[in-house]
Amino acid sequence: MKFGSFLLKRLLLSIFVIFGLSIVIFIIARVVPGDPARMALGPRAPEEVVQRLRQEMHLDKPLPEQYFYWIRGVLSGDFGRSLVTKRAVSEDIKEFLPATMELAIFAGILMAIFAVLLGTLAARYKDTWVDSLIRTLSYFGVAIPAFVAAIIFMLLFGYYWPILPVLSRLSPGIIPPVRITGLLTLDSLIQGNFVAFWDAFKHLILPSVALSLGGLFQEARITRSAMIENIRKDFLSAERGYGIPERVIMFKYLLKPSLIPTVSMMGLDFASLFANAFLVETIFNWPGISRYGISAMMHKDLSVISAVIIVFGAIFVVANIIVDIIVAFLDPRVRLSTSRGI
Amino acid sequence: MKNQENILLNIKDLHVWYRVYGGYLKVLNGVHLMVREGERVGLVGEAGCGKTTTMKSILQILPPGDFHIPQGQIFYKGQDVLKMSFKELQRLRSREIAMIFQDPTAALNPVFIIGTQIGDVIKYSAAFEENEHKETIKEQSIKALKEVYLPDPERMLINYPLQLSGGMKQRVCIAMAISSPRNLLIADEPGTSLDVTIQDQIMRLLNEIVEKRKTSIILITHSLGVAKEMTDRIYVMYAGTIVETATPEVLFKNPVHPYTKGLLASVPKISGGGITKGIPGKLPSYLNPPSGCRFQLRCEQGDPICSEKPPQLFEVEKDHLVACYLTQR
Ligand SMILES: Nc1ncnc2c1ncn2[C@@H]1O[C@H](COP(=O)(O)OP(=O)(O)OP(=O)(O)O)[C@@H](O)[C@H]1O
Ligand code: SF4
Ligand SMILES: [Mg+2]
Repeated sequence: MKFGSFLLKRLLLSIFVIFGLSIVIFIIARVVPGDPARMALGPRAPEEVVQRLRQEMHLDKPLPEQYFYWIRGVLSGDFGRSLVTKRAVSEDIKEFLPATMELAIFAGILMAIFAVLLGTLAARYKDTWVDSLIRTLSYFGVAIPAFVAAIIFMLLFGYYWPILPVLSRLSPGIIPPVRITGLLTLDSLIQGNFVAFWDAFKHLILPSVALSLGGLFQEARITRSAMIENIRKDFLSAERGYGIPERVIMFKYLLKPSLIPTVSMMGLDFASLFANAFLVETIFNWPGISRYGISAMMHKDLSVISAVIIVFGAIFVVANIIVDIIVAFLDPRVRLSTSRGI
Repeated sequence: MKNQENILLNIKDLHVWYRVYGGYLKVLNGVHLMVREGERVGLVGEAGCGKTTTMKSILQILPPGDFHIPQGQIFYKGQDVLKMSFKELQRLRSREIAMIFQDPTAALNPVFIIGTQIGDVIKYSAAFEENEHKETIKEQSIKALKEVYLPDPERMLINYPLQLSGGMKQRVCIAMAISSPRNLLIADEPGTSLDVTIQDQIMRLLNEIVEKRKTSIILITHSLGVAKEMTDRIYVMYAGTIVETATPEVLFKNPVHPYTKGLLASVPKISGGGITKGIPGKLPSYLNPPSGCRFQLRCEQGDPICSEKPPQLFEVEKDHLVACYLTQR
């Protein structure tokens, strides 16, 4: 399998990227002014206690050595201890990451489905009111930052017309499902706890919609223009000319080539969901890792900051590998040319 | 009325415009073209004169949203294609007419394997639906690929277009067009994007298919030489109008329209090469075409009347029509 070696190369490259990222993060975390040990213990702690903590954290060692200690820990899943929560960072991540993953995955699914749907509709009804409506929505969708959308949604659907919950992941009084994956909707489904599922699902709607809007409309525009470009192509005229029915043309021969630019974009958009999640999680009081990362930054909680960034880096890399695989699946030109190049 | 019965296709006064920024490209300006049953018709004219546009109009496969047909009729077996219901159009495409496109690379969908593409053509053809599936789609696909002499058709089915050479792709396109029976084949300059030897092979293949199947064909070509060899009647097109039509013998012996004469004067001794060498100037703008005869800017015999209104086709002798005021002076 030539494609296998392409993937392998891609994977090795990603490991390098993450490795590089870890060095950068480490250096940034260490060169920022301020003493983490002092910050952890507060201004009134005696100097020798602070000194002891510094030693414990290897802060008294030269930078390369510090990095070595740190990366050794990271590789074994030990990101150190949070100075704020006083727990192992890995524990915190295990707790907060699934909430963000659930939000991002849900937003990603919304993004993919509605981008393709709206893009197809706009292309199909090009230059009609449908197209204009979607275009207008797109301007707002792309221009309004996720956190503004979040606040608007919160006001609209939580205050003026309170039909959806706007805070946290579950309503008080709902018994959460036993933790398996940490994704509440998934866990409650697995356990047949439909009450919890429905409640968790409702909580997901507003934050994930707010989060997805920007990418969604951007991708809808990309899908639309790809379709409009392809619909004029000779191969489509030829296929129609052979008497292949319109639905087969639309959903097979037109859709597949038109999805390629959309999917390529999706990797980046999915990653930017995590960046935007910072504010959306804060607004909706969503106990996710982005919010956790933000509070760590406020407290200069270096182990946490580094860990969160590494985790995000890994997610970014994995998302892009998945996108590469999908694109290669859709586009033989990518698959065949990469295999020739290696 | 009697000899109307065997008329397969009759295009009358077809006008086709393309919508562009700043107005319309008035490309076709009253095209007349007739194909009788079993007839082999050649359509000749320089690049951009509207040959492909005419052919796509017949199947109603012009790029959606980009075009406008202000007037004209396209009768196929007596029924106007432009007024056909969706179902009738579907039958026309899946049973009556098949078109082989000019550029095989553009005509094949780059993200599907050949087997899928040819398979769907067979699957949705009227013949397959009526035939109660005597042969599987795959068997029929392989048969069609064998008929165009493609080596190793089984493997061909799982290839993507980009894995094939230009000549192979052209053969695949021909295979798709003949994979189920049709009454009229439209071959749009098959092979012009390929090199000369392969072009020759493709022409021979087409000739063989037409002889064997006794289908009618419209063969579009740049080369009057090819048209003479392979067709029973030639239509000469200039800037969206048919300027002259006759049998090859008559046309070569007694050309009347100044454009046809220019074309014939520039026919190279060996096939291939440009055809417009002999006629100075280029096509008029379609955005603001001259009123009257579209050839007037390049015509040495022009007359004030030529710019008043377009000359109509006029029978100068039996079966020899010319659109030029010279014939009526
Ligand atoms: N979709 C389109 N939109 C706008 N203009 C078009 C479109 N398709 C074709 N045209 C224009 O219409 C004119 C006729 O094109 P057409 O393809 O029918 O010519 P042709 O005789 O087939 O030429 P060639 O020998 O190059 O294939 C050209 O000027 C071309 O630029
Ligand atoms: S109609 Fe006039 S301009 Fe046109 S070809 Fe004839 S003589 Fe020339
Ligand atoms: Mg053409």
